Amino acid sequence: MLDFAQNFPCFSIIICMMAGIITAALPRKAARVLNYIAILAVLGLSAGLLFYTMQTGGSFVYKMGRFPAPWGNELRAGALEAGMAFIFSFIMFFSMVGGYHKLKNEVELNKHKLYYIMVDLLLSSLLALVYTNDLFTAYVFVEINTISACGLIIIRQNGRTIEAGVRYMVMSLLGSGMLLMGICMLYDLTGHLLMENVHTAITYIVKTGTYQVPLIISIGMMTVGLAIKSALFPFHAWLPDAYGYSTVSSAAILSSLVSKGYIFLLIKIFYRVIGFNIICGTKIINVLFAFGLCGMIFGSVSAILEKDIRRMIAFSSVAQIGYIYMGFGLGTTEGMTASIYHILAHAATKSLLFIAAIGLTDVSGGNRSFFELSGSGYRNKIAGVGFTVGSLSMVGIPFFAGFVTKYLFAEAAIIHPTEKMLPTLVVLAISTILNAIYFLKTTIRIYTPEKKEIIEKKKYTSIVWAKQKAYSFAIVMFVIFNMVLGLMSEDILYIIQTGLRNFA
Amino acid sequence: MGFNIGSNLWANYGEAIAMILFGIGCANLLLQKNLIKKIIGMNIMDTAVYLFLAEKGYITGKAAPIIVNGITSADYYINPIPSGLVLTGIVVSVSVSALMLSLTIRLYNRYHTLDMDEISFLIKKEGK
Repeated sequence: MLDFAQNFPCFSIIICMMAGIITAALPRKAARVLNYIAILAVLGLSAGLLFYTMQTGGSFVYKMGRFPAPWGNELRAGALEAGMAFIFSFIMFFSMVGGYHKLKNEVELNKHKLYYIMVDLLLSSLLALVYTNDLFTAYVFVEINTISACGLIIIRQNGRTIEAGVRYMVMSLLGSGMLLMGICMLYDLTGHLLMENVHTAITYIVKTGTYQVPLIISIGMMTVGLAIKSALFPFHAWLPDAYGYSTVSSAAILSSLVSKGYIFLLIKIFYRVIGFNIICGTKIINVLFAFGLCGMIFGSVSAILEKDIRRMIAFSSVAQIGYIYMGFGLGTTEGMTASIYHILAHAATKSLLFIAAIGLTDVSGGNRSFFELSGSGYRNKIAGVGFTVGSLSMVGIPFFAGFVTKYLFAEAAIIHPTEKMLPTLVVLAISTILNAIYFLKTTIRIYTPEKKEIIEKKKYTSIVWAKQKAYSFAIVMFVIFNMVLGLMSEDILYIIQTGLRNFA
Repeated sequence: MGFNIGSNLWANYGEAIAMILFGIGCANLLLQKNLIKKIIGMNIMDTAVYLFLAEKGYITGKAAPIIVNGITSADYYINPIPSGLVLTGIVVSVSVSALMLSLTIRLYNRYHTLDMDEISFLIKKEGK
């Protein structure tokens, strides 16, 4: 007898996909409602699944259509997957709620339906990436993810976004081409596509010492492909435009969810397909480590030089992705745990920052330049608070999510002293200072009172929270979520560690 | 050892060609300024993967996995899974090409050029 909760991964993927299909035939308002319902349903199902997996303490395999192992297609879920799905749907819901007023202004009304279709598809592909146990299915959903993410960028039609969309597609296609090639080579080596079977074959290959070069090349291609797609440092050229000019919900979703889906798939490939010990035996993680460190510095430096607040937050993403890959590069379970915590912390914080920043620019006459934002924290109080919380979290102040991850990274570097310890700590310190420079600079700027004459001359408006209830609600929820991640780190770490143990 | 690698290369010339084509496609996708040429590069890259898969799935002297004359023994047919993967891959590649082409049309209607650098320059000049 199959426990009923074991159907939840399949249900959540199907619900989103069906919602996307049905949306095409609905009027605009109904499309919006259906979109919210679908995301909330996934949120509920993921919460139930998280509860179930924590109760049983293991993970389970769900056979699609009940076909047995080497032939059928499988989903697999444990605490880590359920937790990821829960947080992805949570952030997606509040990004949609918080960005709705901008969506109304920036996107033509007859295109809203398309937007909701894209969001539904995006969530379904993210969930599939989280749950799938089959390499080729993962590739197909990576492509669906790419297409719907591109749709989110170009839904706001102007030259900038279309150009950003093209740049995004070019880099993404390069990444998915390499991922596909890597998967095909791995299939050629092992004769399987299901992750456990591939793992058995790879263990055998490594033990007998045959086909070492093709194995390394295929791991390398998959890793580089997913690194390109998640905007690891030298491949981030498309990112600032794509996050900076799309509508705000898109920016929040793209920065906090889309890149994380690819990173989660990479973790899955590392643990479940290749095996963590084999990965650590190769030099590939050293490459990730080096690029992660470079990203932490260069992303922050670019953010400091940037005058546009949205692009500044986008460049900060490059630095944060660098943190995550640095955690991979440490090659220890502690490093991986820190990286997974950082995925959550960054997702929670970056969506908050994007949503808060749009409130600040709205009361500054739509100007996104840093100097125009003086005193905007007084004109839109809730957005000011949101931005401040996000900044403090990114810098790594205690009580907020960012602090926990910085602490975990430092601990992971020290606990197994290798030659990577010193560079990690030094770059962590430098990057924290650089983060503090641009985030606190902006926070101080938004709380520097602007002269009355200038406010009147430039026709800046003020807005109170009662006029923007949905927006304020989203910001409050994001702030609470950030504090939860910052204060209840013991429990969340326990879930991550349990999940990671059952992951391979 | 060197001789050995050479003979392997000759035996697997299909895969070697697939890899060369993949490289050509990659380079075109990244380095070409013209958007249409970029898309062509992308298609070459994807097709190279399909060539690789087809080469890997083919077993000399065996038939396509469609049952004719009532022979059901697996020894008679080639491996059908790579062919299935190629089909899936083609579907993905078609949709991605369509999306890229539609974006290209949008950009061309706006800026009357296909050169990516020129488009970036025009957008900067627009200053929005």
